[in-house]
Amino acid sequence: MPDLISSIVDYYNYLIYITLMMIGLYAMIAKKNLVKKIVGMNIFQTAIILFYVSIGAKKGATIPIIQHGHGEGADEITSSVIKAAEYINPLPHVLMLTAIVVAVATLGVALALAIKVYNRYETLEEDEILAQIREK
Amino acid sequence: MIWQLDLAILTLVVVAAIGAITIKDLLGSAILFGAYSFMMCLLWSIMGAVDVAFTEASVGAGVSTIFFVAAVFRTTRRTKD
Amino acid sequence: MRIFGIIVVILTGALLIYAMGDFPSWADPASPAHNHVSPRYIEKSLEQTSVPNLVTAVLADYRGYDTMFETAVIFAAGVVCFFLLRIPRKDEPTVRRYRHTLTGITISVKETREIPPVLEEFERIDTLWTPPDLIIKTCCRILVPFLQLFGLYVIAHGHHSPGGGFQGGVILGASMILLAISHDLRTAIGRMSERVHAILCSVGVFIFAGTGALCLVLGLNFLDYGALARILHVDPVTARSHGILIVEIGVGLAVMTAMIWIYNNISSKGKYDEGL
Repeated sequence: MPDLISSIVDYYNYLIYITLMMIGLYAMIAKKNLVKKIVGMNIFQTAIILFYVSIGAKKGATIPIIQHGHGEGADEITSSVIKAAEYINPLPHVLMLTAIVVAVATLGVALALAIKVYNRYETLEEDEILAQIREK
Repeated sequence: MIWQLDLAILTLVVVAAIGAITIKDLLGSAILFGAYSFMMCLLWSIMGAVDVAFTEASVGAGVSTIFFVAAVFRTTRRTKD
Repeated sequence: MRIFGIIVVILTGALLIYAMGDFPSWADPASPAHNHVSPRYIEKSLEQTSVPNLVTAVLADYRGYDTMFETAVIFAAGVVCFFLLRIPRKDEPTVRRYRHTLTGITISVKETREIPPVLEEFERIDTLWTPPDLIIKTCCRILVPFLQLFGLYVIAHGHHSPGGGFQGGVILGASMILLAISHDLRTAIGRMSERVHAILCSVGVFIFAGTGALCLVLGLNFLDYGALARILHVDPVTARSHGILIVEIGVGLAVMTAMIWIYNNISSKGKYDEGL
């Protein structure tokens, strides 16, 4: 029974990341509103970040901050040998930390573009914008 | 890791994502996206990625939502889909 | 379009689910991601950099080149928002609205005329004006310094606990955004003008790249903070720890000002007169 649960949990994680990616891709392709498209783009980005973070997870390991101390008795704690199996892989975390901040930068640029489009066409719907372009 | 908590939050994440792209109001979409980001942050802190969770809590759930609300305020709340 | 979208999405999903069988099982310690470079980072970073938080050590030291261009991307986003939205509009007549604080009468002044700031009973208000809520205004004003203190703590304590330049910078930026939301945009710009944003944002990137270049001048590789030992008069391991702190301060400055800059441009449509 625990094996069954653990296998369900394993695949559930990956399935959810695929589902989120599909939701984001669908919103980017099929939704006609520009802000909805931007929300979809962010969901897509978060899904990829979720995938990377779940790659970094490790069974039986703790968070990637090495146990250390200050003052008295600090040397006893820090002098023990650090084993790689005891700490979660920090590399995917580093890559994704920067990816989140870049996501908010792209979000700002995308929203600025949406505001420029709205200033010119007075609408955020893609089909109405295309109709206005064809009229000219 | 507590797998019941993990499964519950994973389900809520999908619900929030579907809600954020189907709701017919852009302000509601922005708020639901904030909820989605916060749920994601919980998920990552469960997985042990404390730095990523901290960044997502401050960037994704905080500043991104403010940007969305500001942009919706400066454009329109109306949406057809 | 909708049907096309559904087809594409289902195809992508099917492909990913087909590939899912090859993934290592979740949180498996023997998976390839845990076996190449990451054990070295985990085992060596404390003795090489004396930074217990592995994420900070890898972010700012081992992968400092990556993070440097990441900071440049943030700076570029701020500049792009500025160039997209901030344009001088001369054709539109600007209408300024003033409120007489004693009687509550609102007057609007057209074109370029302004009420001189000597007349203190007139205050400038937004077009969509709501009566000020004393509790919200006071609470937010009291909260701002504590938020900034917390942001500084997060930047400075990133070596030992979760945090660092990105998170601390965003918290510092959020404190100024809170001021702009709870009062109005003009108050926040009065505290920190647009020129300060532009200068601080580029100074942040310059601190990062300049630290790297300083290491190059001192005879080691770009961004190898061990070279700073000669200037700081410490051993190379401690110098790496200090170098990471310097770089994190640069990242924090760049991220803070880029966030405020983008918010100001988006919330005022680039006019810088009325905020959210």
